[in-house]
Amino acid sequence: MSFNAVITWWTENTRLIELLVDSLWETLVMVFTSGFIGFAVGIPLGVLLHLSKKNGLLENTSINKILGIVVNIGRSIPFIILLVALIPVTRFIVGSSIGTAAAIVPLTIGAIPFIARLVEGALLEVPSGLVEAAQAMGAKPMQIIKKVLLPEALPGIINAVTITLVTLVGYSAMAGTVGGGGLGDVGIRYGYQRFDATVMMITIVILVILVQMIQSLGDHLVKRVDHR
Amino acid sequence: MIEIKNVNKVFYQGNKAINALSDINLTIEQGTIFGVIGSSGAGKSTLIRCVNLLERPTSGQVIVDGVDLTALSEQELTQTRRKIGMIFQHFNLLSSRTVFNNVALPLELAGVAKNKIKSKVEDLLELVGLADKRDVYPANLSGGQKQRVAIARALASDPKVLLCDEATSALDPATTISILELLRKINEELNLTILLITHEMAVVKGICQEVAIIGDGKLVENGTVGDIFAHPKTDLARDFIRSTLDLSIPADYEARLHATRTENSYPLIRLEFTGASVDAPVISHVAREFDIDISILSSNMDYVGGVKFGLMLAEFIGPEACANKAIQYLKEQKIELEVLGYVI
Repeated sequence: MSFNAVITWWTENTRLIELLVDSLWETLVMVFTSGFIGFAVGIPLGVLLHLSKKNGLLENTSINKILGIVVNIGRSIPFIILLVALIPVTRFIVGSSIGTAAAIVPLTIGAIPFIARLVEGALLEVPSGLVEAAQAMGAKPMQIIKKVLLPEALPGIINAVTITLVTLVGYSAMAGTVGGGGLGDVGIRYGYQRFDATVMMITIVILVILVQMIQSLGDHLVKRVDHR
Repeated sequence: MIEIKNVNKVFYQGNKAINALSDINLTIEQGTIFGVIGSSGAGKSTLIRCVNLLERPTSGQVIVDGVDLTALSEQELTQTRRKIGMIFQHFNLLSSRTVFNNVALPLELAGVAKNKIKSKVEDLLELVGLADKRDVYPANLSGGQKQRVAIARALASDPKVLLCDEATSALDPATTISILELLRKINEELNLTILLITHEMAVVKGICQEVAIIGDGKLVENGTVGDIFAHPKTDLARDFIRSTLDLSIPADYEARLHATRTENSYPLIRLEFTGASVDAPVISHVAREFDIDISILSSNMDYVGGVKFGLMLAEFIGPEACANKAIQYLKEQKIELEVLGYVI
C-alpha cells in the first residue's frame, strides 16, 4: 500500500476512523479507570492477605480464611458471567446497566481479587529475614509495611500492575455485551458480524500496540526500581 | 547487661513437642564479647533470638540492661528493641535502599530529624570504612561490605547490646577476620556488649572473652575462653576445641600405615596437648633422654588464655623399646597420645 493509497483510504473512511478513535478512548477509559480503582482496593487487600497469614506479621487465620475464600470466588467466576450477574449492582452504583461507565463496575470487581493475589505473591518474594531485621530494629507493624514490605516488593507490584492492565484490555473486549463499547466491541460487531476483515485487522493491530506499550512501560519501570 | 534466666523454648511439630532450649541460665557482663557455640540444630539461633524476643521463650526471663523483656507490652518491647542491635548471617539489607538509606532506617523508624540522620549515618559509614559506598545499592557490595553496612545499621540507634547471629558464617576466612576485627574495635570504642553465636571455634578464639557451649538445647559448659580451652570438662567442648586444629593423616602416609609393627616400621603417633599437659619442652627432652628421633609430620599448636594446646602428628624413629619408654614418659606428662599405626 503506497502512501497515497493510505491517504485515500483515510479520507474515504472518516466515519470508521472516528469510530476507531472513539472506541480506543472507551477502551482506555475502561482499562485505566477499573485498573486504578482495582489497585486502590486490590493492593491493600493483597497486603492484608499476606499479613494475616499463619506466621504473618498480623497473623489472623480466620480473617485470612474469609478473605481467601472471597478472593477465590471472585477469581473463579468467568468474567462474561460476572458482567451479566453484576447488572443490578452496576445499576445501583452508576444508575444504568449499559455504557462504558457501566462496564467499569464489573471490570473493577473482576480486577480486585486478581490484583490481590498478584500482590500477595509479590510480597511473598520479600525475604522474611528483612521483616525480622526490621522487627529487631524496633519497627512498628505499619512502619514495616511502609518502609520494608512495600518498597521491597515494588518491582513485583509494578509487574502485577502491568499484568492486570493487559488482562483488563482483554476483559474490556467483552464489555460490548453490556454496551460498553471499546475496540473489542468494534472488532466483534464490524469485523466479525459484518465480515469486514479490514476493521478486524485494524482493531487487532491497535490492541497489540496498546498491550505492547503497557508491557514495555511496565518492564521499564520494574528495571528502574529493581536493585536486587 | 544480659541475664537469661531459666529460659525454655518448646516448638510443636504437630503434636510432637521439641525442646529447642531447656533451662538456659547465662549472665553476660557489660562490655564483654560473649560467644555461644554449638552445632547446627543445637538451639543457639533460638537462644539469640530469645534475647530480643524475636522468638518468645516458652518460660523464663530475659533481662537486658535491667529490663525484663518478657514482661513488656508489644509497644514497650518495640521501643526497647531499639537499644538492642542485631546483625545476621545473610545481612538482611533492604535491596531497595542505598547503603546510606539502609543505615538511616533505624533512625527514620525512631523519628530522628533529617539533618541529624545525615551526620549520624556519615559518622557510622566512616567507622565501618564504607564512606565511599554511601550511594551504592547492596546488590553491588561484597559479602564483607554488606556485613559492614549491617553493623553500621545496627549501631545507628546507639544500642547497648549487639547480637550477632552467625554473622561471619557466610563469609570467607579473610573477610571473617576483618569483620571480627571491626567487632572488637566497636566493642572497645563504644564499650558495647556483644553476644555472638557461631559454629566456628575459630571465631570464639578470635574475639570472645567468654564462651558458652550448647548442645541439644542445653547449656553444656561456660566460662572464660582461656578456661574452656585449658580445661574442657565435656566431650562436646573437647570436640569443638579439636575442630579448630583438625589434623588428618596425609593420604600417602595412610596408604603406608599398618596395624602391627614390623622391621623398619615406626609408630605414627598423635599427641594432644591440653591445659592439663605439663608445660615443658617435652619433644626435645624425649628425643635426648630416650635416644629416638622424632619426625614431626604436621602440627597445629595454639596459645589461648595462657595455655598451650594443640595437636601433633609425629613419627618416633628408633628401637621399639626406646619408643615405648618415650610414649610412657609422655603419658606421664599428661599428654594425650594415640598410636595410629606403623609406617614403613
